[in-house]
Amino acid sequence: MSESTATQTRGATRATRTSTAPRRSPVRLIVMAVVLVLALIAPLYVEEFWLRTGFAVFGAIVGAIGLNLLVGTTGQLSLAHAFFLAVGAITYVYVSGESGGIGIVKLGGLGWPPLVGLILGVLLAGLAGLLFSPIAARLRGIYLGVASLGLVFIGQHLLNTWTSVTGGFNGRAAPKFSLFGFQFANKDPLLFIAGVEFREAERLWYLGLVIALAAYVFARNLLRSRPGRALQTLRDSEVAASVMGVNVQRYKGRVFLVSSMYAGLSGVLYALSIGSIAPESFGLEVSIQYLAMIVLGGLGSVGGAALGALFISAMPLVFQKYADVLPFVGVAGQGGLAAGEAARFLYGFAIILVILFEPAGLAGLARRFRRRGRDPGGGAAAAPEPEPTSRSTTDVPSDRPAQGSST
Amino acid sequence: MTQFLSLLLNGISLGAIYALIALGFVIIFKASEVVSFTQGSLLLLGAYTIARLSKPFGFWLAALAGIAVTALAALIVERLIINRLRGAPVISLAIVTIGVDIILLTELIRRIGSDILNVPHPWGGRSFRIGDVGISQNRLIAIIVAGVLIAVFFAAFKYSSWGVAMRASAEDGETAALMGIRLGRVSALAWIVAGALAAVAATFLVGAPTPGVSPAVYGVALRAFPAAILGGLDSTGGALVGGLLIGLAESFAAGYQDQLLFLGRGFGDVVPYVVMIVVLLVRPSGLFGTKELTRV
Repeated sequence: MSESTATQTRGATRATRTSTAPRRSPVRLIVMAVVLVLALIAPLYVEEFWLRTGFAVFGAIVGAIGLNLLVGTTGQLSLAHAFFLAVGAITYVYVSGESGGIGIVKLGGLGWPPLVGLILGVLLAGLAGLLFSPIAARLRGIYLGVASLGLVFIGQHLLNTWTSVTGGFNGRAAPKFSLFGFQFANKDPLLFIAGVEFREAERLWYLGLVIALAAYVFARNLLRSRPGRALQTLRDSEVAASVMGVNVQRYKGRVFLVSSMYAGLSGVLYALSIGSIAPESFGLEVSIQYLAMIVLGGLGSVGGAALGALFISAMPLVFQKYADVLPFVGVAGQGGLAAGEAARFLYGFAIILVILFEPAGLAGLARRFRRRGRDPGGGAAAAPEPEPTSRSTTDVPSDRPAQGSST
Repeated sequence: MTQFLSLLLNGISLGAIYALIALGFVIIFKASEVVSFTQGSLLLLGAYTIARLSKPFGFWLAALAGIAVTALAALIVERLIINRLRGAPVISLAIVTIGVDIILLTELIRRIGSDILNVPHPWGGRSFRIGDVGISQNRLIAIIVAGVLIAVFFAAFKYSSWGVAMRASAEDGETAALMGIRLGRVSALAWIVAGALAAVAATFLVGAPTPGVSPAVYGVALRAFPAAILGGLDSTGGALVGGLLIGLAESFAAGYQDQLLFLGRGFGDVVPYVVMIVVLLVRPSGLFGTKELTRV
């Protein structure tokens, strides 16, 4: 049964792909190519603020894609993302940072190459996810959501008290990244390309771009492969999944592993982007922000997660920059909203509106738009289903992801 | 021994407050299958209203107004959002309440700012002593009020037509609807009750020994989550037990902080979550929650 369905799915995918590819791919390919080219040449033209924002966005994209695999694709509500982000960031800072002290605070540090720190950060975050997964695998959707809430607070406690590693309440500085002697800093070596000096922001931009692209491609391929199908089945109905031969516990554990590795990588990028880490950077609010990203982008859609990450992570920074131009943003305490507050209001409303009116998020809107272009009127029934290619087999009932797992 | 008794008493009072909030979670979950993450900010809303109105109107009127405002806010959330999403996935429902929570919380924190708003309880900050064992009067009254409210609630849940309707719709919504139970009304009422309970809890939560209304109150409200989960999300009795357990654990962890120094300062604040995770490891549906049945 499992085999036949798998081949059927694969066959169906191939069929849809071949049938729609000639019509869809030109626009899509062109858009993607343009975006990629723009991203590649951006550092030559764009000022530092936007490059730094861009790097933060790339980091957020990685994290959002990871959370999306867990929440959107597999239907496991997790509020612990900030915790795994913290594990990655702390590991990087500890492994690659120098030991020393700020005032009376003694900081440990191994001083290993940053690349090792990054890899260890990812691995340890994955390990943390794996350690949590026995709990996760036993809990049904909503219990997991609340249990993972606990992880964030325990993480906060650790960050505040384990001073020798984390720097305690005030946090500690993150070492600059370097790759085989090439420093992602303002010099060492000095670098000019097309007459533009490539400083830290420019170099980090490319680092972020490469990592985010890799994260994107990996997630897309994962979703289209056998494990990806298994995860989607798991979301729609655990019973059906296990009948099909999907090992429910093991897959839940694995998706937690992958998701938290993504989070760990995102945490490292975050540390690089801010230049330091502190407990408050990994609070419950961060988890909620990531949740907002994937809801806004569309649960289950990799591209949607990236779009959502772009909006939610860039919004406060952009608001901050244009505080005096934007009508409703101002200085806190003078009637206007602080940039962070304005952003929170906006994504709070966005979450509600998206769930009420367009559960498939931005990805769903895009799909509806494309479909309308093809056959007028036919796009109205866009249903909240992540992968258009998988619709052929999962069909309509899959519109209710977690429902199956909770009854 | 004195310390132990006094921690026990304080734990029970804290637990009673948690139980009130947790009961709100459970009622909402039973009536509308929603895990309401809004409860924390609703509680803060209640506390804020009471603190702001008690200067012009006095404490009692302000408390009534606070309860009314919070219940109304909960009702609005239910009518405007939750009611429209009947049958949506549990996760979407939870996320939408997070959205509401973000908005409400941002606005309240913005209004409160960095101040601590004082609530002038008529019983003040005095403490009550039995021998050497002391407890603030505020907390003592909290035990009594929470006890009465919980008893009333359980009686209503068991005997009133609303209670029967709610239990029926929690058991099997479709059948209940066919029997003439209006699910929308049951759910709306559940949200009102949950909002009111949160506001009552807020009244006591912002009194001695807590300094007053500050954004930190929200964090306290969140700790009622473990209480609800611990007892089992669909068990009202579980909420009571869970609340007491969490209250006691937190009180003892904070009281014996010096002996628990190896766990770090402020461990009392995370102990509810640790307890919750440990319990969930053993019993994935909480202590009294209905076990998940899978029908094929």
